[in-house]
Amino acid sequence: MLSPDEIRKINHEIALVPVRKAACIEALKIVQQHRGWISDDSLRAIAAYLEMSAEELDSVATFYNLIFRKPVGRNIILMCDSISCYVMGYREVYEKLQVLLNIRFGETTPDARFTLLPNACLGSCDHAPVLMINEDTYRGLTIEKLEEILQEYK
Amino acid sequence: MARKLLLEHINVPDIHTFDVYRQKGGYRAVEKALKTLTPDEVVEEVKKSGLRGRGGAGFPTGMKWSFLAKPEGVARYLVCNADESEPGTFKDRYLMTHIPHALIEGMIVSSFALGAHTSYIYVRGEMMPQIRILERAIAEAKNAGFLGKNILGTGYDLELYVQPGGGAYICGEETALLESLEGKRGNPRIKPPFPAIAGLYGCPTVVNNVESIAATVPIINDGGDEYAKIGIGRSTGTKLISASGNLVRPGVYEIELGLPVEEFIYSDEWCGGIANGKRLKATVAGGSSVPVLPANLSLKLANGDPRLMSYESLSEGGFATGTMMGSGGFIAFDEDQCIVRNTWNFSRFYHHESCGQCSPCREGTGWMEKVLHRLEFGHGKMSDIDLLVDVSKKIEGNTICPLGDAAAWPVASAIRHFRDEFEWHVNEPVKSLD
Ligand SMILES: NC(=O)C1=CN([C@@H]2O[C@H](COP(=O)(O)OP(=O)(O)OC[C@H]3O[C@@H](n4cnc5c(N)ncnc54)[C@H](O)[C@@H]3O)[C@@H](O)[C@H]2O)C=CC1
Ligand SMILES: Cc1cc2nc3c(=O)[nH]c(=O)nc-3n(C[C@H](O)[C@H](O)[C@H](O)COP(=O)(O)O)c2cc1C
Ligand code: SF4
Ligand code: FES
Repeated sequence: MLSPDEIRKINHEIALVPVRKAACIEALKIVQQHRGWISDDSLRAIAAYLEMSAEELDSVATFYNLIFRKPVGRNIILMCDSISCYVMGYREVYEKLQVLLNIRFGETTPDARFTLLPNACLGSCDHAPVLMINEDTYRGLTIEKLEEILQEYK
Repeated sequence: MARKLLLEHINVPDIHTFDVYRQKGGYRAVEKALKTLTPDEVVEEVKKSGLRGRGGAGFPTGMKWSFLAKPEGVARYLVCNADESEPGTFKDRYLMTHIPHALIEGMIVSSFALGAHTSYIYVRGEMMPQIRILERAIAEAKNAGFLGKNILGTGYDLELYVQPGGGAYICGEETALLESLEGKRGNPRIKPPFPAIAGLYGCPTVVNNVESIAATVPIINDGGDEYAKIGIGRSTGTKLISASGNLVRPGVYEIELGLPVEEFIYSDEWCGGIANGKRLKATVAGGSSVPVLPANLSLKLANGDPRLMSYESLSEGGFATGTMMGSGGFIAFDEDQCIVRNTWNFSRFYHHESCGQCSPCREGTGWMEKVLHRLEFGHGKMSDIDLLVDVSKKIEGNTICPLGDAAAWPVASAIRHFRDEFEWHVNEPVKSLD
């Protein structure tokens, strides 16, 4: 079941596109914003509302890195593992992150505080290494800075 | 000092706001185009400028615009490609963050030229702050009468939307981008037909890079002929270069095309040399999709002449001794960098980002990643090196979109220029973690 608030926002997106299901990526993001991730139930509810099959919607949902089909933590860490960061000290920072959070890429801390994911170039290669937490970008990372940064996220 | 057309006012406080941008001469190009030129005249100026697509392929923008089909009663679209995710490329993000109105102004001028009344900026999903900046800028421009109905009383209507992407590198390929805008998986379409004939919802569509669109502003202000005087040969105008890797001063630079690579790397006006007093080992001149070159070929052509930052000079020598301009993502590797390891990093990226539609790309990128991994981490065989070359040849030219080529070229070029380093990894296996 979609909430009235979700439906209102999805309707806004539907009004902007010529065919109803063209709003599906936005609809997935809206529901994800409310629920943290897209469960099978959420997926079916969105598909029904947009008059498309759940299979079709799932093939879209799984295509995009920023749509989560598994539960995630309250804060998402996207760590750049592309070339310029790789050259400029990515390894050290990733190792320290693993120690601090006691998780590896693709995992979530047991208290659901963080999910750690690798990500393609985050567009701050001149200040590598780089990671994003939710919508904040942290550049020129050092292992010293890392602990401080993580404190900000509860 | 080199001429700046896009970043001239980058250090002006609050240049991201409409008022300051306008005080600095912003939106003059809109006034000029809408009030004194016809759409065809705008196209003509862009043609004269010689501007080539800044997204990577370098296709002449004016020519692309003139290919736009104009069937009666069918909508036409302009879509700005702001999906920038090519490793080592961050110029579009920089421009949108600091001077968003340069893009908005360019979108209005370009939409007018193409007869589009609805236009989109497709921004990479990871760039939420930039999406908000653009949305704010659009609201400001609308308030001031530069967007919406009857712009500046000229009778021209334009709605401009920002569409966030879903986080997939392949959606930067223009037809994948259009699929994504239509709410589908970002699987590239077979070209032709080019978007100019059948694009968004099957309608004629022009897709242009952020920097290409922003460049139409100085072109209209100063005239296409003036723009064409900058640069060298068929590489006209200025170009934003994203510089990263082992440089003293990495960052985004606006260069006049034709600047010698050596000057760009070593001069204090630009990158200031290689960091920590090290020596240059190799460069990737145009983002992760282009061939890697060793230091000597980065700085000089095979005949010893200086290599220049231009479309022609960078590709001089073909794949034997040259590379490509690409997106202008310039990455420098110092003498301590391991080519095998960095090539593995490239391969891992392309394997992850392949959309999986064509088997040479889907399987081949996986193979290359696996073989490079075992070479780097101490389990490689001598025959693996030729295996990599073989796989890269089987991908190249056999796929729907150029992602396959982009995956093949870095591997093939690394082996071409640094074969001894690959052999060394087989002879002296170093077991390390990753
Ligand atoms: N900026 C970035 O983040 C990235 C850029 N790239 C670059 O993208 C490039 C490849 O891009 P593609 O779009 O596949 O190249 P392309 O050569 O197929 O097309 C370039 C542009 O010209 C247009 N065009 C070409 N021939 C045309 C014709 N006959 N009629 C009408 N329009 C025509 C296309 O529609 C397109 O907009 C690579 O060289 C690479 O450097 C690749 C990855 C990421
Ligand atoms: C895999 C792949 C990714 C691409 N990513 C981008 C991108 O992020 N931004 C961009 O402008 N062009 C990108 N391109 C090139 C576009 O397909 C297209 O050529 C470009 O947007 C046209 O604009 P331009 O003529 O102004 O360069 C990509 C191409 C490929 C094959
Ligand atoms: S070349 Fe690769 S990314 Fe491009 S369409 Fe084929 S499988 Fe997809
Ligand atoms: S390579 Fe890490 S931000 Fe670009």
